[in-house]
Amino acid sequence: MPTTTAPLPLPERFPADSIQLREGLDQPTWIVRREILVDLARELTADPETGFDLLLDLCGVDYPDREERFEVVYHLASLRGGGRLRLKVPVPEDDPVLPSLIDVWKGADWFEREVYDMFGLHFEGHPNLRRILTHEAFQGHPLRKDYDPARRWILTEDKMYRPQPEPPMDAEDDMFERMTINIGPSHPAMHGTFRVVATLDGEIISASEVEIGYLHRCFEKMAETHTWQQVIPYTDRLNYCSSFINNVGYCRAVETLLNVEVPPRAVWARTILSEFSRVMDHCVCNGSSLVDSGALTNFWYLFQPREEIYGLLEACSGARLTVSYCRIGGLAADLPPDFEARCRALLETIPAFIDDVEKLIVSNRIWLDRAVGIAAIGGEEAVNWGWTGPCLRASGVDYDVRRDNPYDLYDTVDWDVPVFHGGDVHDRFRVRISEIRESLKIIRQLLDRGMPEGPFIVDDPHVALPPKEVAYNQMEAMIYHFKLIMDGIQVPPGEIYSAVEGANGELGFYVLSDGSGKPYRIKVRPPCFPIFSTFSRLINGGTISDAVVSLGGLNVIAGELER
Amino acid sequence: MSSRGAHPRHPAPYRYTIVERLYLPLLSGLWVTLRHFVRNFFGRGKTYTINYPEERRLYSPRYRGHHILTTRPDGSLRCVACFLCAAACPAECIHIEAGEHPDLNIEKYPLLYNIDMLRCVFCGYCVDACPEEAIIMSNNHDMAYFNRGQSVVTKDELQKPYAYDESRLGYRPHYPEEQAQHAALRHGLVDLVEEARRQGADSASRTAS
Repeated sequence: MPTTTAPLPLPERFPADSIQLREGLDQPTWIVRREILVDLARELTADPETGFDLLLDLCGVDYPDREERFEVVYHLASLRGGGRLRLKVPVPEDDPVLPSLIDVWKGADWFEREVYDMFGLHFEGHPNLRRILTHEAFQGHPLRKDYDPARRWILTEDKMYRPQPEPPMDAEDDMFERMTINIGPSHPAMHGTFRVVATLDGEIISASEVEIGYLHRCFEKMAETHTWQQVIPYTDRLNYCSSFINNVGYCRAVETLLNVEVPPRAVWARTILSEFSRVMDHCVCNGSSLVDSGALTNFWYLFQPREEIYGLLEACSGARLTVSYCRIGGLAADLPPDFEARCRALLETIPAFIDDVEKLIVSNRIWLDRAVGIAAIGGEEAVNWGWTGPCLRASGVDYDVRRDNPYDLYDTVDWDVPVFHGGDVHDRFRVRISEIRESLKIIRQLLDRGMPEGPFIVDDPHVALPPKEVAYNQMEAMIYHFKLIMDGIQVPPGEIYSAVEGANGELGFYVLSDGSGKPYRIKVRPPCFPIFSTFSRLINGGTISDAVVSLGGLNVIAGELER
Repeated sequence: MSSRGAHPRHPAPYRYTIVERLYLPLLSGLWVTLRHFVRNFFGRGKTYTINYPEERRLYSPRYRGHHILTTRPDGSLRCVACFLCAAACPAECIHIEAGEHPDLNIEKYPLLYNIDMLRCVFCGYCVDACPEEAIIMSNNHDMAYFNRGQSVVTKDELQKPYAYDESRLGYRPHYPEEQAQHAALRHGLVDLVEEARRQGADSASRTAS
């Protein structure tokens, strides 16, 4: 990943000992005293040209041996200037307080709640600092190193949090029609398990509160107790609609830390399968959001290409949904001999379905009345909330990780980033339809280039298992085989933030290694986490049926949102 | 990265064209559904649903399904209880207890080899880890249990049902020939479902006769 190209604003007006500059492996890193954090953040966002307008990620790290035990890590990006920056703020255990940045980046809202939940750090000035992923009866903070992963806590009914969103009082509200209802967590319109508590005035949502955490499995804690290879099946279950992209994202992060060069055949296959996964994910999202608005036929038309792509993924990896096809250093197995023929056949079949759906929907006034102007958000606000991916591009912001921080083969193919300006459900739909076409364009070019010959995984016995024939016949290979499985890959100490373009936005992996055989900390930057934190803002003031349509258009995947 | 204009502050919603105001594009949509209807009605379309379990999809020889413990020619388990599969398992679903084998060349064998199928994530890491090709996978994916106790399958059950049925094998270290065969079979990719249906009809006629 290219490091920053834009000059960083030099923090001269701050005391010399409050900022230490470090060159990171991937991006510049500043270690910042918490006293100046808010001022520095304002300074960094001030310049409209190169300012860091996007708060990508905010996470905590626990170092029990350090004097200042915790560290809060902020990942910033400047969409217009192209810079990236990592801020680290040490926080001592006996005074675990730091200022909230919610006034600078609204997207910090849920991220700060997550750090509070997982590490017990308090953010001064946060309006609603409650647990977010774990429940109210949970004791302790699970991502602290001294928390036992096997502990279980039972939530009883009397301890359950009951949101009571109070709408702002105005003179016309006669309280007569006011009613508070639950939408979810088990409701067919809430894809996954989300709970929205809405106060209605007639049919209009006047206030709402979003509850998540029903599918939280603490992926990040589990990753700390497994070897680097063993984390790959866990990543399948993040965004399960396009699990292959998660595999790629994680493996790329670890490969960068290891400084391993992936063979061209694997890179080629990763790019093609990532694009097919993206097509699949967009089909699911558009199909199910159309079902929510009553257009059931499209669901069938869009799920057929998905079925075909599942066949391809299954032929490669042996599983349809949870593929686990990547390995650190390459792929789990060589591509099947009919891979190219199957891809070509898919390129023939998929466009017909997309055309059908487009004919049914895009100019259909029944859909337009349902979708245009619904849950609309401007580009500037969306960036401030931390949006990325198709939803952001529907709001007119031209940002795509595949083009702006190219990885794999994306900089060698010719394709466009579709951008629309409505910022509403309709344009999110149109962005996804256009992206399916662009993905197919990428795949076609790569297929025309031909499959690169060579190995599918790096030939390094410290990283990849030796082939079985070799392991059966050579003592040395057998020893490597045993060592790799018992001890895992030995990743050198270091940290990296590596991002790929997931199907619903920038999917980042912040990976920390301390040189032992297990990850020290893995933080996923789930693209739909900041997107869903905006949900209250999007649906307040609209009708309750619009809330359903807007959720479908956001493509929020519970597995990734709650990890 | 090119420097771009400022982020748009306000959304600019889509404006309807006159044709759209008049609901005219609905006609092309109706034409699409009508085309699909007529085609499917006369059996020319391709329906993607199959009558499971009478018809079954064809899976690749890499399919990661229910595990199989392979045996030596004399019928004893190949497993030497080296615990590599249990170490590689990310879900910690394999439980082995080792015993001493009477044959000194083999040294150990599993007294207990249990896999909790409800914990298993079917990632295939155990197959990758096994140095003896003692554990492979089948393409069987329908596992239903009446209680949690049943989901813990023992070494007898793991070895029993699939040991001799070559067509039901799944993920395993060596499959070059079968892979070529399957590839030839599946060259017309879209016919996966058709093939499943054909095989379903075959087996139905077999059971009828």
